[in-house]
Parts: sequence; C-alpha cells; structure tokens
Amino acid sequence: MKIDRRKFLKLAGCTGIGLGLSATDMFKGTVEASSGHSAVSTAAVRHAMVIDVRKLQTAEDYQRIVDACNKIHNIPTLIPEKGNPKHEVKWIWNDTYGHSFPDQQNYYHPEAFKQKLFPLLCNHCDHPPCVRVCPTKATFKRPDGIVQQDMHRCIGCRFCMAACPYGSRSFNFVDPRPFIKDKNPEYPTRTMGVVEKCTFCSERLEKGEQPACAEASHGALVFGNLNDPESEVRKILKSNFSLQRKPELGTMPSVFYVIGGGEYAG
Amino acid sequence: MYNGGKIIAGLIIFIALVTFPFYTNMGKTFEKPADPTAAPDDLHIGDIPIGQMRAEHMMILDKWRDEVVRGGERFITYDGDQYEKSIQNGCLSCHSKQEFCGKCHNFAGVDPYCWDCHYSEEEGL
Amino acid sequence: MLDKALKGGKKYWTLVIVLAAMSGVGVLTYLQQLKYGLGITGMSRDVSWGFYISQFTFLVGVAASAVMLVIPYYLHHFKKFSKMVILGEFLAVAAVTMCMLFIFVDMGQPMRIMNVFLYPTPNSILFWDATVLSGYLLLNITIGWATLHAEKKGTAPASWVKPLIYLSIPWAVSIHTVTAFLYAGLPGRHFWLTAIMAARFLASAFSGGPALLILLALIVRKNTQFDPGKEPIQALAKIVTYAMIANVFFILLEVFTAFYSNIPGHMHAFDYLFAGIDGHDKLVPLMWTSVICAVLSLVLLIPYKFRENEKLLVIACITVFISLWIDKGFGLVIGGFVPNHFGTVTEYWPTLPESLITLGIWSIGFLVLTILYKVAISVREELGTAKSDH
Repeated sequence: MKIDRRKFLKLAGCTGIGLGLSATDMFKGTVEASSGHSAVSTAAVRHAMVIDVRKLQTAEDYQRIVDACNKIHNIPTLIPEKGNPKHEVKWIWNDTYGHSFPDQQNYYHPEAFKQKLFPLLCNHCDHPPCVRVCPTKATFKRPDGIVQQDMHRCIGCRFCMAACPYGSRSFNFVDPRPFIKDKNPEYPTRTMGVVEKCTFCSERLEKGEQPACAEASHGALVFGNLNDPESEVRKILKSNFSLQRKPELGTMPSVFYVIGGGEYAG
Repeated sequence: MYNGGKIIAGLIIFIALVTFPFYTNMGKTFEKPADPTAAPDDLHIGDIPIGQMRAEHMMILDKWRDEVVRGGERFITYDGDQYEKSIQNGCLSCHSKQEFCGKCHNFAGVDPYCWDCHYSEEEGL
Repeated sequence: MLDKALKGGKKYWTLVIVLAAMSGVGVLTYLQQLKYGLGITGMSRDVSWGFYISQFTFLVGVAASAVMLVIPYYLHHFKKFSKMVILGEFLAVAAVTMCMLFIFVDMGQPMRIMNVFLYPTPNSILFWDATVLSGYLLLNITIGWATLHAEKKGTAPASWVKPLIYLSIPWAVSIHTVTAFLYAGLPGRHFWLTAIMAARFLASAFSGGPALLILLALIVRKNTQFDPGKEPIQALAKIVTYAMIANVFFILLEVFTAFYSNIPGHMHAFDYLFAGIDGHDKLVPLMWTSVICAVLSLVLLIPYKFRENEKLLVIACITVFISLWIDKGFGLVIGGFVPNHFGTVTEYWPTLPESLITLGIWSIGFLVLTILYKVAISVREELGTAKSDH
C-alpha cells in the first residue's frame, strides 16, 4: 500500500488519540450521574433518615448528636475558636427553622417553633447536583443511595460546594490536624485541600452498625431503607407530615424532618 | 566561542544544580534496613505472596483504596480471619508504622502522602 | 521568530524585568499557599470561590474577544482589521494562559489536576471548561504563529490554517458559554440561575476584550513603529459601544426580574451588592463604582464625536474595563455566595497573599503578551509593513 509520510502521521495521530480515550473510563458513571430526571430510585436499598425534632428537647439532646459525629470522624472542631471561623468544618450541625428552611417561613409560626433547632447534614439526594458537577467523580452516588466522597481523588476545586443547594459541604482550608480535639484511631483525618461532608457513616454501615448520629440520638434520628415498605422510616413517613429542604429544586433529598404541629402551641 | 561567557556561566550553574544531591549528602551515613525475615513465597493478606506484596504494594494499595471507598468492599480474608483493607484498622493492627513502613521508606527517601490523612496511634497526629 | 523577543531596547527590557519580578513575587507567595493551604486567602465555607475564580471568569471573556476580530476579517473580509488580528489572537493566548493559571492556583490539591483528564466526566461542566480552554490556547497559538510566520516568509499561510481559523470562531463562543454554564446550571443559587447568564458573558466579553485591545494597540502605536491605523481602532470602538450597550441592558433586565417579581431569593444578592445587608456592605462602594464607570463609558462611547476623539476613547475603554472587571469579578462571583443558603451573610475580601498571587498571574500574562507582541511587531518592522494603510 502506498502511503506518504503525511498521511501516515495523520493516521497514527488519530489512532493514538482514539486508543488514549478508550483507555480512560470516560463514559463510566455518566449514566448514573445524569439520569433519572423523574423516577425515584428503585434499588433494593436506599438509605434515608427521618429526623423527628419533637424528640429533641434539651440542648444536650442536640449536642450529643453533633458530638458523636465529630468524635468518630476526627472533625477539626477547634477551628472556630483556635483558627479562623471562616474555615469551619462541619458534617452535622444544628440551626434554627428560619435558617434551615429559609423559603418556607411565615410570620405567624408559633414562637416556640421559631426557636426550634434542626439538625442539618448532607441530604444524600437522589439527584445530587454535587455529583453532576464533580469533574473527577470524586463525589459519586453509590447504588445504595449514599453520596460518597473519595478523598483520594478530590482535587479541591470546590465546584461541589457551589453546586450544593444546602451548604452541606466543608473545605479543608488549612491542615485540620492541629484542630482535632479527641482523635479516633480507627478513622483517618483529612488533609488540607479536599472537600468533605457527611457520608451516612458508610464505614459503620458496612460493619452492620447504625450511623453515629442516629445511635446517639435516642430515637430522634431514625435511619433505614426507604425502598423497604416495612422499614421504620417508611412507617414514620406514612403516619406523619414531613418536610424536606428545598424540595422545589428536584434534588429529592433522603433526609426528612417530622416537625409535629400542636406541640408548639403557645 | 560566540557568547562564550554566558555559555560557561550557564554550564557551571547547571552542573552545580544537577550534582546538588550528591555533595549535600556527602559524609552522611544511612543505615540500610535489615533484610526482611519472612520468605517471599509466604502468603499474606488476601493470599498475596509476600514477595509480590513487597514489590507491588503501591499498586495493591491503590486498588484496595478504590475497592473500599468506591466499591464498598471493605473486607479481605487472610488465614481464615476477616481483615479490613485499611491502613489504620488493617495493616497497622499487626505492624508498627515505623518498623514496617518507615524503615525502608526513610532509607529510600520516599515520602508517600498516605500519612497526610492516615495516621498511626504510636506517632499520634 | 522567538529570537525577536531576545533583542529589544531599554523600554522593552525594563518592562520584561518588572513583569518577571512581579511574577516572581506571585510564585513565591504561591509556595506559601501550597504550604499553608487556601486558608491564606479570604475564602470561607460560605464563599468558597473568590478572587481567583473571578479573575478566571473575567479573563475568559477577554480571551474570547479575539473572535470579534476574526469574524469580520476572515469571514467577511473586512480588510481594515488585517494588522490588528494578530494582536487579538496573541491577547487571547495571554488571557487563556492566565485563565488556566488562575484555575490552577485555586485548586486545593493541584498535584492531582491530572485526575480531570484521567477520569473524564462529561456530565461535569468543569471538565468541558478544562478541555475547551486547553483547545483554545492551542488553536490561537498555532493560528497566530503560523500566520505570522507565513507573513514573515512573504507567502500565504499553509492550507490547514484556514479550517483552524474557522474552528476558532465557535470555539471562542464555546469557552465562555461553558464558563457561564458553570454558574447558570446550579440549582439553589438564584443569582446565577438565569438563562441570560451566557448572553451576559458574551456581551461583557465583546466589550471588555476589544476595549483592552484598543488600549494595547494605542500603547503599541506610541512605543513602537507599529501603527494599526485609525479606522481599525474606530471599528473596534464601535464593537465595544454596541456590546457595552447590550451588556448594560442585560444587567438591567436582571434587576427588573429580581425586583418586579419581589422574590426575596432573587433580590437578596442585589441588596447585598448595592446596599448591604444588616450592615454588611463591603462591596457596595465597588459595585457603585462599576455602575458609574459603565454610565460614563456609554456617555463617552455613544456620541460619534466623543468616540472619534482618541483621548476620550482611552478614558472610555478604561472605564469599560474597570466596570466589567468589577461586575464580572466581584459582583458576579461573590453575589452568588452572599447571602448563603441559610440566609446569613459571610463577607469576602481578598487577603494580601491572595492579591499578590493574583498580581503575579496578571504579570505572567502580560509578560507572555509582551513577548508575543514584541515578536509580531519586530517581524512587521523588519518587513517594513508596520504601518497600516487605513
């Protein structure tokens, strides 16, 4: 076959690019990340959490939940006091109704309700915007519904933080280690330059345990399988009115809030 | 030589930079770690021969790390027991970081960034 | 041709050394950031993108503005731009270089940047941004260099250059459409969630970029033998004028939607930027400066008598540039993060290290620009074609 040098080089170049592209996992995960604009998950297991704020009464009730997570995950809780509060790292925290549901307020909520605190965490959405935008798939959706964070792959671009409509994500602006109060030797710390957030305690789930916050909540936080019609979370949701954060955005969160009603009568 | 002054000056700077590691480390002693005692054919975690573990642990750990974090497959059997594919809860539950990792890595001048996040209790944070 | 950059007069070398020194300061400060983390900047958990990303956003527009010369000259044979096109293409190269540097310094784990290409993620707009920016840089440096080299040899450029030039036209539009999509597709940030975001980016790019190009062309005319000519500069000025009118119009459209609908989520960002919320008003003086500069620029650009006067044109171009730099930089990016998702305000202001790194990258960009312009001008001076016929 007669071929001149130019044609050969062009052919070789195209072949090289083609082989190079096929060596990457370019289209893996595309379907998972961008599909499902209407349907709810039909997987065997879809982890979810129902938070019944009626069962959280004292400051101690609220703090116990946050402390459980902070301790086992080596969260650098000393940043606000010893470092710069702007660099705060938090996976679960408590905030008022007005801050938790800023678009669902009315002026005539009972005073007792306006003071009520709500535990806030990553919602592990069914259609997570953070997963859609991550350029390296460092944040990805597991088949069981958990939006997981791969700290090894994260490049720290913080696009996920811009995309998350709930402010659930924290970035390690500084080395977190000097700001960890009590270290847990069974879990790593993170390093500066990566994003982190609640992982629904996937490391505990894989050992058959409950998430630390749910375990410490004395029944206020109920964790279970949303796709099992007999699970406790489904039973609670069937018999109570529940709220979700920013439902109009189509993210389909996996965290539900049961707020009650007549308990706040003043 | 045309522009000879600049060329000679450039050459001297280049040689000084390239031989930097050699003359800054002259005279220092480095203790070579003792030969490991376990035989290379002995099987280790995951039924991987120790010789292969030594030679390929970087790739094996890389694979494990994706299997644990991205696949959720956290456990591996060895000698009938279940172990976690985890530095802190697996390797370091039997081995000491300094004796096991540090000895060879320090001698070879290798500084893997595993320890930016993972840590051993003996060294603290 | 690069050897032309190694021979120059006193003014040239002074400029190069000053820019190199400023770049060096930026690099040294960046080493501090690598050591201590992005905590040395003013960013926070609430305002997670700041000065670096805002500079990238602005410069992507400047980079794309080369297309405002390429379309008239190559598609419509507008001969007047014959001398200016190379300046536009080389400005695009410098601007895209700065964009990529700003993205690099903003990353928390820059050593892992290859992950973007090792694990390509087509559903992520940032992946496409990295791809189109790299492609645009390659396109412009190739086209600019090949056409300049052909000019030096006295021949027509090789046949493969023309298709690349035609490709660079939609590619230029793509680089800042993709950048606009970074913002415009995020649910929950109402300040950004607007269809007109990409159109606004286009309008501000086609006014800010050519404005800078006019200023650069006038500086070049003053300091070298290269004179692009009066009419090409006027043609560019017309482009700046109409693009700036469109840009201001689009911003007013956004203001109308926010305030006529009276939806708090849409109004809050404007409240923060132009009036302050609860005493948090760090950006208010800056934003009103942007408004005044925009109005002033239109006053100087729209009437033909003013636009024709090159002294007034300089003031107009400077005010256009300042207005857009503030609007697309501080206004757009910070406005999306304040107030945060909980309705509270965390303010942002760049720190000194952050500003030094930013200044360092701008210096690197201008250094690249200086070197490329020096090559182009020297080639033309030697050919005796430095003066335009227009």
